[in-house]
Parts: sequence; C-alpha cells; structure tokens
Amino acid sequence: MTVRIRVIPCLDVANGRVVKGVNFVDLADAGDPVEQAQAYDAAGADELCFLDITASHEARGTMVDVVRRTAEVCFMPLTVGGGVRSVEDARALLLAGADKVAVNSAAVARPELVGEMADRFGSQCVVASIDARAVDRNRWEIFTHGGRRETGIDAVEHALRLAELGAGELLVTSMDRDGTQGGYDLALTRTIADAVQIPVVASGGVGELEHLVAGVRDGHASAVLAASIFHFGHHTVAEAHAALGAAGFPVRRHD
Amino acid sequence: MAETVTLVDYGAGNLFSVHNALRAAGAGQITVTAEPSGITTADRIVLPGVGAFGAAMRALSSVPGMIEALNEAVIAKGRPFLGVCVGMQLMAEAGEEHGVTAGLGWLNGRVRQLPVSPELKVPHMGWNDVRPRADHPLIAEGEAYFLHSFAYEGEGVLADTDHGGAVTAAIGRDNMAGVQFHPEKSQRYGLELLSRFLEWRP
Repeated sequence: MTVRIRVIPCLDVANGRVVKGVNFVDLADAGDPVEQAQAYDAAGADELCFLDITASHEARGTMVDVVRRTAEVCFMPLTVGGGVRSVEDARALLLAGADKVAVNSAAVARPELVGEMADRFGSQCVVASIDARAVDRNRWEIFTHGGRRETGIDAVEHALRLAELGAGELLVTSMDRDGTQGGYDLALTRTIADAVQIPVVASGGVGELEHLVAGVRDGHASAVLAASIFHFGHHTVAEAHAALGAAGFPVRRHD
Repeated sequence: MAETVTLVDYGAGNLFSVHNALRAAGAGQITVTAEPSGITTADRIVLPGVGAFGAAMRALSSVPGMIEALNEAVIAKGRPFLGVCVGMQLMAEAGEEHGVTAGLGWLNGRVRQLPVSPELKVPHMGWNDVRPRADHPLIAEGEAYFLHSFAYEGEGVLADTDHGGAVTAAIGRDNMAGVQFHPEKSQRYGLELLSRFLEWRP
C-alpha cells in the first residue's frame, strides 16, 4: 500500500475548553481538550486538529498549555490553528508539542508569513488555511472572520501562492458548507488539490461517511477533516476508515 | 546507577515530543543535553530532528565539540544510537536540501528530494508501511507516521516504504539505527519501537 488517506477529527477550543464537545465516550471532563484528544488517540484517529477560537489575545497562552498537556499523553500528530499571527506564535506551539501549525487570516494579510515559518521550522510543519466561498461558477474567494468578511482574493491563486511560499499542506475549508452537514465543496477542493503538489485536507460540511469518501474520490484530497460526525458519536474513526477502505482507498488498519 | 537515555538538544522542534514518547516507552532516566560532555558520557543516545537537513546540521555543528562527541560515543565507544527523521538523515554523508551539506557520514548514502509527479504529493505526509528488508532488533513491520520531502538513498537501508516507489524508512549498521518516520507520533507502533531501543544491546 501507499500513504494512507488521513482521517482528522477537529476540535474547536476556546479559552482552553472544547466548545463542541465529544460525547461518544464517557469522559470525566468533556470540556477538557486533553481528555478528548486521548479519546481520539485511542479511537485510532490519524491526526488531530485543535482550532483555537479564543476571542481575546490575552488568552492565547492557554492554548500553548493545552498543547503541552496533550503532547504529554497523545502520541499522534497534532495540528494547531487559530490566531497564529507571527513566527513567534508558531514557535511557541511547536515547542509545546504541536507538529504542524495552521495559519489563516495572518497569511491573508501577509502571505510572506508562510515563507518565514517554512524557512525557520521547515515546510513540513506549516499548514496554510484556505477559507473560501463560491462567488461564481468555479470561482471562489477568500473570506476571513469566520466567513463573514470578503477579501476579493481568488482562492485558487491564494492557495498556489502559499504553496509556492513553502506551505507543506493546505487546509481547504468551504465557508459555504461549514456547519451544513451537506458535504464538502468538492469542486473547490478538487480545483485546489489538482493545482498544487502538496497535500490538501478537505474541510467543511461533513454530515455522513459518504462525504469523506467523496472528498477523496471527487475532491482529490489527501486527508479529510470533520468535527460533529465524530464528536456526537454518529460515526467512529474506524467506520470512517472502513468506508474509505471499501471505496478502494488506502487506510490504516484497526487491530 | 540506572542506565540513562540521552536526548541531544540542538534546537530540534520535536525534542519535547520525543522526550514524552521515551518516557511513555518506559525510559527510566532521560537526560537532555546540549553539551558535548553529556554525549561522551551517555549510555545511549537519541538524535531528534525536523526541518531542513542543512539547517539541522548547522545547528548541530554550531555547538563546539558536538560532532566529535557524537563520533566518540557512537563510533568509538559503540553506544546504541537512534536518529529520528532529520536526526536519521544526518547519519548520511550528505544532504541535498537547500544546497549540499555534509552530514555525520556514518553511512554511505545521500539525502535527496523525493521525486515529484502530478499523482504524488510531497511532502510524503501520513501513515504508511514500514517494510523491513531483513530481521533487525528494532525495526518491525507495521504502520508509522511519515512527514518528509527528502529521503535517504544509499547503503544500510533496514526498511522501506512506498511513495511512488520504494522510499527509505529506516537505516543503520552495528550499534546505530535511524528512522525516517516519527516513532514519537506513531502511537503504539512507535512506542514499541522506542521500548525496543531502550533494551537494545548491539
């Protein structure tokens, strides 16, 4: 077999607490990101993603502590995103034990940040987030602030630029689909995945296992990210792997 | 005195993760050192590493006496050694990332860019097979997490994986081994490998 399709549960964290909680296992403290990370570690997730949605800048240090405590007990790759504005922000997360750092708005304002991070820490740990909305048929633009603020920047051109600057991976989120459970924007995912050499993670809109399969088959993604279908116990990571495997894609074994 | 495992601190980003994983793998005493004297007295040594070959080698070389100390401990004294990711790549004669940089030169081989093609994504990122080429006390068959754009080619390949063809997954000889994948991020497979390293008496 070749490299496996990755299944990545994503947890929203605000002020050190999980916002949309996991309830597929009994947890002593369902709001604790570390406990939830351990549950996904045990469930055989291929990677984990923490998205810091903390509003205030002062509380950012909390995330570094969450990452440090997670890395002490979870031996799986961890991507951390949300509010990363500088090389120093990224460094603090990496030193705490994050394997990859995702940059979003800061790389819209100043794409060179991606290059600076890649030069300093290596491309392998730089994930560039692409939050996009469809503005026309086969045209998407970058939106910031949770999809509320338009920038006029072409999403595919932005993705290509960040890849050239040294991003190791692109996290492509359809802000039209996010939260709808109606499936990924497959045309968006595929257009970007086919345009770049680096792996693309499909994100935004998963409501059923078939959406994960479509993200790889039709979206050409190397990895699929989802939140609620796992958190609320609708499906397990093992079921996601099984669905991808049944569709003919390489996935990890569950022994 | 109980045996200790020594982690080389030269600013590698995965030092903390490797430290945690060694502890979870059962290491009694873990010493983190940035001093050559800490290397020459080590019982066994782990060299972590992420990022680019050239930058990692420069960081290692910037500590006066560090390369000599590693050579003394690993080559002269035969202490068990494990290199992880770029820590493995540094065992080669040279790396070709951002220009050619000489490595530790313990194995006759070079670190080259993975071939790029439309179907093949680089970095090689994710879980993939570890396929041992022969029996080795550390390297077992299984699935491990890879994250790299450059790979070793040369002598002493202990295991490979598949990314558009065979790609080196582990190298070594005598008392030294290196893994391209991240045992500290490979859940049970990785912790078991680290446990075997802690017990390894080459």
